[in-house]
Amino acid sequence: MSSTPLYTVRRPIHPVHAAALGGVLPLFLCALLSDYAFYTTYEIQWANFASWLLVAAMVMTTLALVAALIGQARRSRRLPYTLVLVAIWVLGFINNLQHARDNFAVMPAGLWLSVLLTVLALVATVIGFASLRTAGDVR
Amino acid sequence: MSRPVRTTLVVSTLALALAACGKAPDLAQHGNVPNLPEPERGLLPSMVIADPGSWGDQVPTVPQGYKVSAIATDLAIPRQMLVLPNGDILVAEGRGGNAPKLKPKDIIAAPIKAKGNTKVKSGNRLTLLRDGDGDGVYEIKTVFAENLNAPYGLAMIGNTLYVANQDEVVAFDYQPGQTRASGAPRVLTALPSAINHHWTKAMTASADGRFLYVGIGSNSNVGERGLDVEVDRARIWQIDAQTGAHKDYATGIRNPTALAIQPGTGTLWSVVNERDEIGPNLVPDYLTSVQEGGFYGWPWSYWGKTVDNRVMPHNQEKVAKALAPDYALGSHVAALGVSFSGPSMGAQFADGAFVGMHGSWNRNPPVGYKVVFVPFQNGRPAGAPIDFVTGFRTDKDTTRGRPVGVAVDPRGALLVADDLANTIWRVVPTAPVQPAAPAQPAAATPAAAAPAPTPPPAG
Repeated sequence: MSSTPLYTVRRPIHPVHAAALGGVLPLFLCALLSDYAFYTTYEIQWANFASWLLVAAMVMTTLALVAALIGQARRSRRLPYTLVLVAIWVLGFINNLQHARDNFAVMPAGLWLSVLLTVLALVATVIGFASLRTAGDVR
Repeated sequence: MSRPVRTTLVVSTLALALAACGKAPDLAQHGNVPNLPEPERGLLPSMVIADPGSWGDQVPTVPQGYKVSAIATDLAIPRQMLVLPNGDILVAEGRGGNAPKLKPKDIIAAPIKAKGNTKVKSGNRLTLLRDGDGDGVYEIKTVFAENLNAPYGLAMIGNTLYVANQDEVVAFDYQPGQTRASGAPRVLTALPSAINHHWTKAMTASADGRFLYVGIGSNSNVGERGLDVEVDRARIWQIDAQTGAHKDYATGIRNPTALAIQPGTGTLWSVVNERDEIGPNLVPDYLTSVQEGGFYGWPWSYWGKTVDNRVMPHNQEKVAKALAPDYALGSHVAALGVSFSGPSMGAQFADGAFVGMHGSWNRNPPVGYKVVFVPFQNGRPAGAPIDFVTGFRTDKDTTRGRPVGVAVDPRGALLVADDLANTIWRVVPTAPVQPAAPAQPAAATPAAAAPAPTPPPAG
């Protein structure tokens, strides 16, 4: 065999990027669970919890998106991951506004948006952390 | 959050808000059967925040045959007024409320809404104005009492002056001619004051001088702090002026911001601010006679039995009992003052009530920001409101003033408290009105209306 082996140097996700991305799914999931609790019990405190969890989720999403854009500029990140984060950011912002409504006016749209955001956060997590398992493999 | 970040957020939120909201069509929303559209709400509520400007040399606009002047300026947030029997005017000054910020929305909305209000510190005092020689110039402006807690409602029964602070009703002994309270007041009764989302405690005295009525606003827009904090809120208390004992006089009345006794009938009337955030044409603020024991719907329903789906679970039992108010003033006009008129105001404006409209953040284009006259016939509102004092907003969309309390001086003047310009305006007929006006028994203010107190039965 005389073929030349190609090595792609794969670095794991940057720790700060990982920390930010790692926060996105749990925070949206907790917001979803709070929304579900409010939807089924009408207990107002759950709506307050959901509102703040969504703010925290947006902080993490924003940090992860910035890291993704930097990766994009360095050509170390691919477009789908960034696009998913952009979608989460936009829908997350809308969901924050939805949760700013008073009392049960948050529902039912707030619940469905939280479901969608949790699914998207799961997708972003899978794509974003995938590099950890593909070290040495063909990109 | 650092200041620049917050400012940017505020500005961008405002820009988004203005971009997102089309101008709302005006509905004719006055009278006893107002036009009630379906609830609506975009991503952001319909809103316009007042952009404060100054009056300069200008004054508000009044109808032909009337003139207006500022009789006191540089006050510390004037709200409600009381004309004393000798013609002196007491002005309650202050700002209350201590609602904690509960949701992210509260943190963002508070500084935005504050832009439309005065930056002056709460006065927490009563100022006395006196026109000793009757020339229409109030040459004495002096502090009557201070260290009060956001005083708002004022009433006089006999020689006792009652002041509704945001947390209690206090009483001063008063001697005619006094310009300064002789001492600290005594407490008549505590008022519900936890949170105090709607902190203003409107007050008036019954015609027989036996009772005080105090308006206690709700602790939220529509129950978004939970109904536990609404115990003893959104109601009018009837308080025994001697003992301080109280009972609920009316409930489910979201924010009764001013109370007045109708001359002749002795009936209690109130202007009430209704709920926000379900559209520019919902829900009409109203003027109503207050039925003893009546329930007016809040938070479960509005304008009688129209259910508000934002409050869950529904409460059909309560909704079934809900009374529709007498007279819609229009949505988001933010009525904060009411005073019955009399013959001394001139024939066209003799039979009816003046209503001060502060204007609200929750409507584009804005409404209110004026004083209207609601004509009455046979003791009931009849016909559309007539603009009486206008010009608080300029064509350039700056806001020079915002009316709060109104008070008819039985000697022939309408007083308007302006809590943005921190001014008291006085509107008088330019030509003298028919003689014998001052002797009207059906006086417009509780002070003048209150006869010698009838001693209540013991207990």
